[in-house]
Amino acid sequence: MLIELGHFALILAFATAIVQMVVPLIGAQKGWRGWMGVAEPAATAQFALTAFAFGALTVAFVTSDFSVALVVANSHSLKPMLYKVSGVWGNHEGSLLLWLLILSGFGASAAWFGGNLPERLRARVLAVQASIGVAFYAFLLFTSNPFLRMAVPPFDGQDLNPLLQDPGLAFHPPFLYLGYVGLSMSFSFAVAALIEGRVDAAWARWVRPWTLAAWLFLTVGIALGSWWAYYELGWGGFWFWDPVENASFMPWLLAAALLHSAIVTEKREALKSWTVLLAILAFSFSLLGTFIVRSGVLTSVHAFANDPERGIFILMILAVFTGGALTLYAARAHAMEAKGVFGLVSRESALVANNVLLAVAAMVVFVGTLWPLVAEMAFGRVLSVGPPFFDAAFTPFFVALALLLPFGTLLAWKRATGVRVLRQLWPAAALAGALLLLGYALGSGRSALGPLGLALGGWVIGGAGIDLWSRSGRGTTRARLARLRRLPRADWGRGLAHGGLGVTIIGIAGLLAWQQEDIRVAEIGDSWSLGRYEITLDAVRETRGPNYVTTMGDMTLRASGAEIATLHPEKRFYPVAGMPTTEAGIDGGIWRDLYVVIGDPQEGGGWAVRSHVKPMAAWIWGGSILMALGGVVSLSDRRMRVAAGARRASPAPVAAE
Amino acid sequence: MRRLALLLALVAAPAFAVEPDEVLDDPALEARARDISAGLRCPVCRNESIDESNAGVSRDLRLMVRERLVAGDSDAEAVQAVVDRYGEYVLLRPDASGANLILWLAAPGLLILAGGVAFVSIRRRASGPEDRLTEDEEARLRDILKP
Repeated sequence: MLIELGHFALILAFATAIVQMVVPLIGAQKGWRGWMGVAEPAATAQFALTAFAFGALTVAFVTSDFSVALVVANSHSLKPMLYKVSGVWGNHEGSLLLWLLILSGFGASAAWFGGNLPERLRARVLAVQASIGVAFYAFLLFTSNPFLRMAVPPFDGQDLNPLLQDPGLAFHPPFLYLGYVGLSMSFSFAVAALIEGRVDAAWARWVRPWTLAAWLFLTVGIALGSWWAYYELGWGGFWFWDPVENASFMPWLLAAALLHSAIVTEKREALKSWTVLLAILAFSFSLLGTFIVRSGVLTSVHAFANDPERGIFILMILAVFTGGALTLYAARAHAMEAKGVFGLVSRESALVANNVLLAVAAMVVFVGTLWPLVAEMAFGRVLSVGPPFFDAAFTPFFVALALLLPFGTLLAWKRATGVRVLRQLWPAAALAGALLLLGYALGSGRSALGPLGLALGGWVIGGAGIDLWSRSGRGTTRARLARLRRLPRADWGRGLAHGGLGVTIIGIAGLLAWQQEDIRVAEIGDSWSLGRYEITLDAVRETRGPNYVTTMGDMTLRASGAEIATLHPEKRFYPVAGMPTTEAGIDGGIWRDLYVVIGDPQEGGGWAVRSHVKPMAAWIWGGSILMALGGVVSLSDRRMRVAAGARRASPAPVAAE
Repeated sequence: MRRLALLLALVAAPAFAVEPDEVLDDPALEARARDISAGLRCPVCRNESIDESNAGVSRDLRLMVRERLVAGDSDAEAVQAVVDRYGEYVLLRPDASGANLILWLAAPGLLILAGGVAFVSIRRRASGPEDRLTEDEEARLRDILKP
């Protein structure tokens, strides 16, 4: 019964979205307040209905209702509760429902917190947001209905893909979707502004928090996914330049660019049409990502639940929204004349450089991801574009970006003097130089990547520190420290996010340059050394988990004779799905991870064992957390709060002169 | 059930990749072999290099690369031997020849284009007419300022 109610609620939400798409748009055009007013309750109702449908499906998964086809295909009664819940979005249909829940949630929050938006703009934003919803409700209801029943319910389910039964991956999709779908708000604002024919500082101020939120969710989602790949896939890689990873990385790069260009639009009323274009592109790339993941046109290790027919539907959605928005853009962009004037050396120019580099970096990923498809169709060449290409083609742009970043944050608006900034930055340069020497000393000249990456990361972190310090004004150190604490949260957010980027750069360079590896056959009781560590295989046991059997190794890790940790690498087998997974045994630390994997028993006795020292691994994700944290801190700044403008609109009474 | 079978086929089993018995005794040669393997795609997997892949054919290819290196081949010759057998598809780093030039030059070209457009428009705007008053405006200003 609940399932049918959920299905019904979803259909009602579809209908509501259609109303929300049409009525407010007409109202805004004609200036009818009543029609515009429909948008708000409709957005709330749409969200409530979708939430109900999502709740109904969740109940079916939690109670293992095997009369529902989706539950049968993706769940099992023995599965731990966490994965019963995450099973809801661990499949195509359910994840689309989650996508819609988030989409309608963003729409509803724009209705709730958008009290200070001009009536017309708000009606249009909500209508555009609803139009995206309409397309996806149709997609879900007509091609991938999650609420289908089984004619004959089976005794038990077929279990969720074991690779997905993992805490990191349980929360990876929701964060990623929050990011993807969050960009729909920027898109809706951009299209609404184009319909309106006006982009001003106020518009940019409204767009920024939504973009920032989307970017920070994307950051968390991508970091979670890469962390999962690191410990679950069994060889300690963290980024594979896989089409599906690229699909999430392109919107991230463009969202980062949008974030920065919206600042210029807000503060200086320049780069207007570019900002609008970026907002359209960022969401288009989210849609493209959805298309790549769901259609299976590109082979990927993530291929999951793909189906060509669904791919065509998404391609149509992509074509309509991107094509429509770009056409509108072409017709209206000239109306957005820039006001702000700025010199060649200025904060604005630095942000333009940031945008050029981020956009080109995104294009590298885009071209590289789609090239196999193009080459095969247009030139008849069956080829692959893999990590070596992306490493070579992408890295230079990001290095340039990191080199420029500290300059950009210190340059003044409008017209700046480069020499002064250079003088300010010498401590960061000194730090970078020191790290370069340290890197060479540590790495004993093995590769240039380590020391250079270390220096670059130090340069960015140092630059972020100097940026914060320079905001504290003049005076004694104590006064400046006190002022530092009272800086606007947005300043701290910027410092944290930029510093986080530096930390991640150090992590990536350190791991890639200095990792050590050992592959061997080990008998029980064998010891071997790796770097300055000694590892002993004490025992190998067979045990059972809730829905799997596992072969678990017990390994002791020693450094100069003292025991540091016991590691338990596992090789699991999920009988229902018939799939093995590896669980690496990791001893994590600030400076290095020790990473061991156990493989198959060997014919001559003993076990295949791989052990790695992964220097600075934690920094990769630590930096991502810092970046996301920077986003959160910025969002909590009172200037960024969506309602902040409303409060400012009624200024505090001023004492009579 | 068909879906499940598909999933099984598509999702690569967690790899153990390079097995202990494949490793060459000479560490320098082994390091070269690993470098080469990381750049060659497993022909039957989903976007994995033979260095990461668990598939049988990857193991064969890893052994083949090592045999060639032991026999005295250069890195390029060893790679070419694999390409001769499996085609361009196995190269994870597509060579910059023919149509692939588009792939390699797209980004630098775009950078030059975007950078050029940005530079010119900033320059023009910085020294643009907005900074100064038009003749009419200056005449009006003189009018206003006239005592």
